[in-house]
Amino acid sequence: MDELQSLWQGFAVALTAQNVLLMFLGITLGVLIGVLPGLGGANGIAILLPLTFTMSPTSAIIMLSCIYWGALFGGAITSILFNIPGEPWSVATTFDGHPMAQQGRAGEALTAAFTGSFVGALVAVVMITFLAPLVAEFALKFGPPEYFAVYLLAFCSFVGMGKGSPWKTIAAMMLGFAMAAVGMDTVTGQLRLTFGSTELMRGFDFLVAVIGLFGIGEILLTMEEGLEFKGRSARINARVVLETWAQLPKFWATSLRACLIGCWMGVTPGGATPASFMSYGVAKNISKNGHNFGKGEMEGVVAPETAAHAAGTSALLPMLALGIPGSPTAAVLLGGLLIWGLQPGPLLFVEQKEFVWGLIASMYLGNIVGLIVVLTTVPLFAAILRVPFSIIAPIIIVVCAIGAFTVHNAMLDVWLMMLFGVAGYVFKKLDYPMAPMVLALVLGDRAEDSFRQAMLMSQGSLSILWSNWLVGSITAGALLLLFWPLITALRARRAGGA
Amino acid sequence: MSQGGGRSAAAVTTGTMEIVVALLFFGVGALVAWDSWRLGASWGMDGPEAGYFPMRIGLLICVSAAVVLAQGYRHRHAGRETFVERGQLRDVLSILVPAVVYVLGIQLIGIYVASAIYVAMFMALLGGYRWLRSIAVGAAVGLSAFVLFEFWFGIPLPKGFVERALGF
Amino acid sequence: MNAFARVRLQHARRRLTLSACAATLLSALVAAPSPALAQGWEPTRTVEFIVPAGTGGGADQMARFIQGVIQKNNLMKQPLVVVNKGGGAGAEGFLDIKNSKGDPHKIVITLSNLFTTPLATGVPFDWTDLTPVSMMALDQFVLWVNAKSPYKTAKEYIEAVRAAGGKMRMGGTGSRQEDQIITVSITRATGARFTYIPFKGGGEVATQLVGGHVDSTVNNPIEAVAQWRAGALRPLCVFDDERMPYKARVTDTMAWSDIPTCREAGVPTDYVMLRGIFMAGGVTPAQRDFYVNLMRRIRETPEWRRFMEEGAFNTTALSGEPFVEWLKRAKEEHRALMKEAGFLK
Repeated sequence: MDELQSLWQGFAVALTAQNVLLMFLGITLGVLIGVLPGLGGANGIAILLPLTFTMSPTSAIIMLSCIYWGALFGGAITSILFNIPGEPWSVATTFDGHPMAQQGRAGEALTAAFTGSFVGALVAVVMITFLAPLVAEFALKFGPPEYFAVYLLAFCSFVGMGKGSPWKTIAAMMLGFAMAAVGMDTVTGQLRLTFGSTELMRGFDFLVAVIGLFGIGEILLTMEEGLEFKGRSARINARVVLETWAQLPKFWATSLRACLIGCWMGVTPGGATPASFMSYGVAKNISKNGHNFGKGEMEGVVAPETAAHAAGTSALLPMLALGIPGSPTAAVLLGGLLIWGLQPGPLLFVEQKEFVWGLIASMYLGNIVGLIVVLTTVPLFAAILRVPFSIIAPIIIVVCAIGAFTVHNAMLDVWLMMLFGVAGYVFKKLDYPMAPMVLALVLGDRAEDSFRQAMLMSQGSLSILWSNWLVGSITAGALLLLFWPLITALRARRAGGA
Repeated sequence: MSQGGGRSAAAVTTGTMEIVVALLFFGVGALVAWDSWRLGASWGMDGPEAGYFPMRIGLLICVSAAVVLAQGYRHRHAGRETFVERGQLRDVLSILVPAVVYVLGIQLIGIYVASAIYVAMFMALLGGYRWLRSIAVGAAVGLSAFVLFEFWFGIPLPKGFVERALGF
Repeated sequence: MNAFARVRLQHARRRLTLSACAATLLSALVAAPSPALAQGWEPTRTVEFIVPAGTGGGADQMARFIQGVIQKNNLMKQPLVVVNKGGGAGAEGFLDIKNSKGDPHKIVITLSNLFTTPLATGVPFDWTDLTPVSMMALDQFVLWVNAKSPYKTAKEYIEAVRAAGGKMRMGGTGSRQEDQIITVSITRATGARFTYIPFKGGGEVATQLVGGHVDSTVNNPIEAVAQWRAGALRPLCVFDDERMPYKARVTDTMAWSDIPTCREAGVPTDYVMLRGIFMAGGVTPAQRDFYVNLMRRIRETPEWRRFMEEGAFNTTALSGEPFVEWLKRAKEEHRALMKEAGFLK
């Protein structure tokens, strides 16, 4: 096979001593960036881009993509340990990862998260290796109506998960949508909900909200319950990795679904964040342990992490094959290509064979290196939980403040973070669900944009959402997922009646 | 800390808090709806206008807040449970107030110095560590943040007179 | 000839004389010894380079490229960091630098939103709040269609658009910004109406065209060149008053210089976008001269020339008085264009 031979040559390119060293360096830097909330992904790569200007293009992209893997891995760490999602795509990881840490199972949660990430990335890389042109062709079929259908699907797969008052769920979700609308409207260029303030023009950033709601809110709750983290007696020895691995194979079905969801969302530019939410929602609906999700179920860590990595990795495919960025991070990498004198696009695979296959080979190697690096740090990170609360709490708040600031270099965001912290504390105590709110915040404006773009295309007719088999089947799937709880309830009743 | 307050009386009941939060939601919803209405919220010639969705979102917030309020009123006897006890509230405020002061500090004297002071004070006053140790940890945090962001990453974080005096 | 077209024509004539001006100025700059460099002001701490747009876009790419060139060639002793402040179509970044009056450690890269954003949103700032340093280049706009479409010339395409009566879709970046201004200008000049569909970034727009979700775009060359080379897109005309100078083959059959101007092709519209560097207001001439020299040295590097060719930029570069003149005119033109289009707030 052609691909295998090219890949083999790619390994030869990637496996020089210097490049392997760069991989380790990149992964370590990436983990560091991923751990610091607010810095990861696009921001982090953009900041570290200048480091690579003097390298050869192949070495540079190897280092940068390793930073990317590192950031993907690193996002899970703070989510599990402190309930602070280091990256948007690790919000769903907090739902079960943090309860696990509180039960003293931080090591297991970290191992499960890292291994899940690795599997997701590996599957996506295999897809890139063998199916790149085919998949790229498919990605082009996505216009505004299809985008909207994908967002709708992500949303519907997650709705109906809330317990508690449906009115509170609606209120929280709508608040998320309202916050997403603040700032400039893409379609008309009007300023919405800014009330004449320049500070509000940049809108509410998802990361600032989650750092506050989850991170600061959690510290306030911990404080209320007395001065310590509940999971202090974290078991930390290297055996935890092997023991966790022994449990993982039974989640094969969830992993497979997560990989599929992730690859799909990465190629259609839904991205890693919706992928992780969707995977979590689907796993909760389908898995037989679903009712336990949210209480520290390992499957609830594997599902979002695997999907996030599969999506994050396959988002690089459209960039390589078509020269279109599948994510903001890919957009920055794309800028990097230009700086090194390469032209991204459909001809990259033909004209820069060595570079492309070197990069693909480095995706395999980078993820293996990444897994080794992060797994060796599991005991180290789990040990952080042993640091007394009165030392770690102020440091967490400092890190959160820095993170909130770096998202947009804005002081207002730090204040907002504190406000969201108080809101997170109150919401948690009054059972306002936060997950639908953050999902609405992250998807709201994108969904609205694509809906209105679609409406412009169809001149106001909703029928465009059923205008071809692709958009039609995604829309139908979304509606099916939306009414899934109702359907299962009906079926249960019929079975009960019979 | 929390023992200090003991099993003290409720500072706020859940019922009161429900009402306060629902009213806040209602206010936000109304604000959102009003501003969107101002922008234009109808279904125009080619699809929804800028305010179309936000206005409906605002109204939905108002409606759900109203329902929560009504439910709160109907179950007002159940709402007598404690939302937060006095002692707990004091604990929460003991971390919240310094944090707010810290954010104010960032604005006034820069993030590095403020962080160092905040960590040191927190450890010494709330954690009961000795001052020497607290100051050492605080300084370490501030300094490592400075090296990391100023030199490695090259991200401009808020700085104050101390950094300026040192020529950064 | 309608009033609008006349305005464009006058504009074109002015610009011709302008490029002549630029040429003399450039040669003067190159020839003159640069005493400012030897004993002038220099930055004493990290310089912030503000990008009034998000990460990954054209302005961001150019800013990071400049950062890379400075670093690679050691053009500055103090570090330069790029900071994105893209909120409110760039208003955030512009207001930040407006409020940093007298701070010589901040520079900003501008695109057309320097003119369009205050006009469209009413946010209070103007280019006169800033100190003009240097025009780095002018970015071109090209009318693109999908290569599978039957239209070989701009004229054919415009005829088809006119016949479709508003059903054909033009994809572009943002609303009430350069892409939509050009679209409206085409309509004014030819009577062909489009359905304009705004997207968030230029890359996304090009992809939508390749996928056939829109019928045409006015992407910058750099945003669409890869798809052109791959045979997915076809350029119809360039919105400048003369053809692009780059004669090297880009595809098997065509070079940038083979693309006719829109005026030649019967669509009398032109528009170019400023890529310029500004400082805050109230800085000293010595401080400004440092950056003027820095930018000149950047433009002299081989990396920069390659970048210009790849992105098929119009390499007109101005500073000092001619730049100020250019800015004054550009602002008036934007005001006129946006007023006609009904985009003024």
